[in-house]
Amino acid sequence: MTAEAGPPATPVVPSTVAFRAILGKDLRAELRTLQSLPAMALFAVTTFVIFRFGLDRTSLSGDLAAGVLWATLLFAAILGINRLFVAEREEGGFDAIRLAPIDRTALFAAKAAALLAYLVVLELVVVPVFAIFFLDSAAALAPLALVLLLADLGLAATGTLISSMAVNSRARDLLAPLVLLPLAVPLSIAATGAIEPLLALGGPGYHRFGTWLAVLGLYDLVFLLVGYAVFDFLLED
Amino acid sequence: MYGKGLRPLSIATVAALVVSLSLVFFYAPLDADQGFIQKIFYLHVPLAITALIGFVIGGVFAILHLRSGDSRWDAYSYVSIHMSVIFGVAVLITGSIWAKASWGHWWVWDEPTLVSFLIVFLMYATYYPFRYAIEDRERQARYASVFAITTGAFVPLNFIAVRMAQSLVHPRVFATTNGGLPGSMMLTFLVSLLAMGLLWVTLVKFELTAKSASGQIKRLRRALDAPPSGSTPRVAPEVS
Amino acid sequence: MLSLLPIATPALPLDEAGRYVAGAYVVFLALIVIYVAIMAAKLQRIERELRELAGFVEHRANGDGRAAPEKERATSDV
Repeated sequence: MTAEAGPPATPVVPSTVAFRAILGKDLRAELRTLQSLPAMALFAVTTFVIFRFGLDRTSLSGDLAAGVLWATLLFAAILGINRLFVAEREEGGFDAIRLAPIDRTALFAAKAAALLAYLVVLELVVVPVFAIFFLDSAAALAPLALVLLLADLGLAATGTLISSMAVNSRARDLLAPLVLLPLAVPLSIAATGAIEPLLALGGPGYHRFGTWLAVLGLYDLVFLLVGYAVFDFLLED
Repeated sequence: MYGKGLRPLSIATVAALVVSLSLVFFYAPLDADQGFIQKIFYLHVPLAITALIGFVIGGVFAILHLRSGDSRWDAYSYVSIHMSVIFGVAVLITGSIWAKASWGHWWVWDEPTLVSFLIVFLMYATYYPFRYAIEDRERQARYASVFAITTGAFVPLNFIAVRMAQSLVHPRVFATTNGGLPGSMMLTFLVSLLAMGLLWVTLVKFELTAKSASGQIKRLRRALDAPPSGSTPRVAPEVS
Repeated sequence: MLSLLPIATPALPLDEAGRYVAGAYVVFLALIVIYVAIMAAKLQRIERELRELAGFVEHRANGDGRAAPEKERATSDV
């Protein structure tokens, strides 16, 4: 064990300031370099094409639509999650943050918020494309957005947590998907459970909509709390 | 140090297993629904419950490890999860046999508990590649503890979600609601559960003892400046 | 739904059901046996390494020029 046993007793820099600073840095970097988002979006749209031929369908509804949409978004998200901490690692950014007199959970919150932002932007591009490719009407898009937002929050929490560990490992690109996919199963079940009736042929349905949203919310809460509680221990060295 | 209670524990485990087997085949009544096949229930379900509790225990040890920094808790956490994964293999195989015998297929997606368990098993199976991909020993232990805590929180969420995903059209395949068990079956079940629990604890202790001995040998080697295994000249008499 | 028919002796059906139940219990036993075999191998390796270390210590003690009967006794206690 090294001398630094944990975060300083009273952070010199307030957490909100640190949060805004880190989040701003990340978003500005992404805007400048555009290294993750275009790739994620392209990946998703191409995957839709693969599904079109793989399933031999030109329109999707109900369970098939929910499955194709969610699976594609999940795999595209993993592309972004893999790259979430790469900049920190390459530029020695972890050291700067470790030495800085800030509450380390500000890093977790900022990174999760950045990932959430990426996922939202991804969906703003990809979901309309999905609707154009496969859906008959856009009536479901508004409730769909709500479901996806809650699901994205869960992905942001778990993705940040796992990615911050995977970035320090040997099999970097492999580890995050490996651990994240089973972890995302309950999230996937709830998300597709809510989306399936929304994309039904006859028009959006809300069968068990509230229950699924509650499960999503519970998932988000649990893993945000877990991330908040353990993140300090991840940055110790 | 670890091996101290091992003998009485092993004896207790064997005794419990023998008693449990006797109860299963000589005492518990035959199930009207499934007949003799239901006997697998006394093997499969206690294994599953023990494995799941073992995962939770692994998570608790992980919390203790993070809070204290003592690497012994990490060893306990690792072995708990490791043993529960092994028990998990037994759960899935016996569950599959039970599915084939009852339903005609080696796997059924309709049984939410079995499906949940599969997902939990897959989750914990990633513990090994995850752990061993991290080179620094202390960091490896810390990250493994974070993993164990995260997956510990995951287990109940997963069961909830899978159960909810069951379509209300499909009937429950194995209606093993414990509340509906007659007394003799419940007794048999509880004894079997106890036996599996004892088995888990015994094997965990076994594994920890071996690990501890290996670790002490390594430290001895370093302290004596002895060359690594296989290259020492054999002067001491062979003990066969 | 559940029969309350107590049975004093086990029915040992040689029909299909018996085979599956036996299969399940055999798998369980096989896993235990495999685990014990692996542990036995580990223990053998631990024993071998201890012997090596004991030999090394004795070798070093003898090399120092001291007859080390206590060391010998100590190592043979292992």
